[in-house]
Amino acid sequence: MSNSQRVRDRAPVAAATHRSHARARRPRRRSSGLVGLAYASPAALIVGLFFVVPLALVVWMSLNNWPLLAAPTFNAPANYTRIADNDLVLDAVVFTLKYTAVVTVLLFTISFGLALLVQRRRPGVGLFRGAFFLPAAVGWATATLLFFGLLSDQIGPLNDMLVAVGLIDEPVSWTAGDPEVAFGSTVTLVIWRWAGFNMLILLTGLQTIPTEIYEAARVDGASAVQAFRRITLPLMRPTIALVLCLMVTGSMLGFEQFYILTRGGPGNSTTSVVMVIVREAFVRFNLGSAAAMSVLVLIALVVLNALQLAFIRKRTQ
Amino acid sequence: MKSRSPRRRRTGGVLAFLCVALVATACGSSQSGETAQPAASSAGAPAAKPEPVTITVWTRAATESHTKALAEAYNAGHDNKVEVTAYPNEEYPAKIATAAGGKNLPDLFASDVVFAPNYISQGLWQDVSASFATLPFKDKVAPAHVKAATQDGKLFAMPHTVDISVMFVNKGLYTKAGLDPDKPPTTLAEFAQQATAVREKLGGDTYGTYFGGNCGGCNVFTLWPSVWADGAEVMNPEGTQSTINTPQMTAVFDAYRKLFTDGVAAPASKDENGTTWLGALQKGNIAIAPGPSAWLGLLEEKGIDVGVAPIPGVNGGKMTFVGGDVIGISATSEKAEAAWDFLAFTLSDKVQADLQAKSKSTVARTDIAATDPRVQTMNELMAIGRTPYALKFNESYNDGQSPWTKTLRDALFGAGPASALPAGVEPITQSLNQQ
Repeated sequence: MSNSQRVRDRAPVAAATHRSHARARRPRRRSSGLVGLAYASPAALIVGLFFVVPLALVVWMSLNNWPLLAAPTFNAPANYTRIADNDLVLDAVVFTLKYTAVVTVLLFTISFGLALLVQRRRPGVGLFRGAFFLPAAVGWATATLLFFGLLSDQIGPLNDMLVAVGLIDEPVSWTAGDPEVAFGSTVTLVIWRWAGFNMLILLTGLQTIPTEIYEAARVDGASAVQAFRRITLPLMRPTIALVLCLMVTGSMLGFEQFYILTRGGPGNSTTSVVMVIVREAFVRFNLGSAAAMSVLVLIALVVLNALQLAFIRKRTQ
Repeated sequence: MKSRSPRRRRTGGVLAFLCVALVATACGSSQSGETAQPAASSAGAPAAKPEPVTITVWTRAATESHTKALAEAYNAGHDNKVEVTAYPNEEYPAKIATAAGGKNLPDLFASDVVFAPNYISQGLWQDVSASFATLPFKDKVAPAHVKAATQDGKLFAMPHTVDISVMFVNKGLYTKAGLDPDKPPTTLAEFAQQATAVREKLGGDTYGTYFGGNCGGCNVFTLWPSVWADGAEVMNPEGTQSTINTPQMTAVFDAYRKLFTDGVAAPASKDENGTTWLGALQKGNIAIAPGPSAWLGLLEEKGIDVGVAPIPGVNGGKMTFVGGDVIGISATSEKAEAAWDFLAFTLSDKVQADLQAKSKSTVARTDIAATDPRVQTMNELMAIGRTPYALKFNESYNDGQSPWTKTLRDALFGAGPASALPAGVEPITQSLNQQ
């Protein structure tokens, strides 16, 4: 039998075998596909119901005049063009950007510093890690109210304590007097409440760096600063990216700290963008206009985070 | 035609399932609405006794105890039951707005009386004019509230809690400072003199007065009566034009500003956004301060010997801001008749008399005599008092970002009333007219 004959003879057999294998494999592939779908469907359902549908509704709402009870009427793009007429918006945007920049820089520096302080296992470090993280266990709104109480001249101890030790001559209005003081009070609150939380994320990043690399660097004569710049920072980029995204997003959407602590004052000096949206929706009942602002904030956040991630990825490459 | 791939078919199946789930959810809510068919709809057939129903009521934390007391009294003697849910004061307007948007309003909901015109214009309450006209005491129901809840000659809500602004006098501190607590101030100047006298004579932690310097709503409530008492207006009757730039308003701000800068008012007045206002007065170290009448009992609870006086005008006279809450049947309620039965009950003679005795405060009727002379003072004030009308009241005056809040801060702690008041007229007017 020639080789070509053997090939021809084997071909139908091979084809039959392949077909039978395919028949045998297909149900398995189909069943594994169904299993995959079953695994994914709860998440898909939740994302669909709680993210995609509300998002679509918000976008639709932003294109309509949306009264509380009556039927909505299409008025695009009036809700978007009218935003420019709102006096509060521009001030709120400027303030929110300033707040985001200040909080991100300070919070990141302090969180990273704390993470580096408690990075190594040594006696008593657990106590410090716990202490730094403790404020994160208090609810955000509760923590803000706690600060409001502490800073209040009427019910809080801070002014009395500072006067007693001679640091101030008379009670200071921490939340409603000077705009810069009110801003400082808010930033202090945010750092107190969130530094421990971000420290924890950065700590997990630090602990994924193998100690052998540091040892090798030390053997090669690298100083602590060099090790930090050449090893810690490059290997921490993904964690830093995550933390920065969380900080920027959280700051851009800042609400509770202003709503409870300063009420946006004094003189609207600490009014954030989200406060304006809430005011538009639930004080002025302009749901369409509030939805339009929300859509713009969402777009701004997506763009800002995309830029940030792109920058960090580029640097990593 | 191109046949669909299995994956695409599966995706289609998931989408179909999502749609069905959504529709099922929507159907579920409408079914639950149907099962709650009101007894009211069958009330027209006298032969059949209507099935007892549960009436849902929403109120804000400030009036929770009051509403619950009324509900308990009603539930004790009626087949229908009233179920009260209270929400934090600050979140309450947002809760109403969200519920209205989702058509999930309760059968009855209360609201700060100054927000009533807006809720009425949004169509959130049913017209109760015909039912109200049948009440034998209809002419004795808090006139300022009835006026605020009336639009185009139709009444949409009833008084629920009536809270008026008065001066609270700490009799103990007055006596200690050598003042006669039974001779409260009759003009704004006298108020300032008495507050200053207490501060100068007692000093230390004792202050002459206290006010909510960072709270738009608080100052609307406590400052405007002094302006009204002197014959001036704060806006036009339609609530579309601010008229705050008057000599009377300037005099009022001058007086309070001086009290603060002289250290007669407690320093925390500058920060006070309403949250710790009651707590500040309950400490017992404030000689005389304006506040809501509903706090009389709460101040006495702390062992303070409290006197009540009208808020004086700049040059005499007396006036009050009739605040508190009104309550109406929500536009989406299907139990209107049962809900009205509860509303009528709350305003009846015995309920109002019991309420007055228990709460030590003024109530929603002008013809219920009080045994406590202080409450009688409140009742008399309530009968002449005013509730300002503006469709955009909350966003123009109460809200933290309102132009009024900015104006009052500038007038009290900034440049002063001479420049803050003229500057505030335009933004407030603009806000009152904003669509």
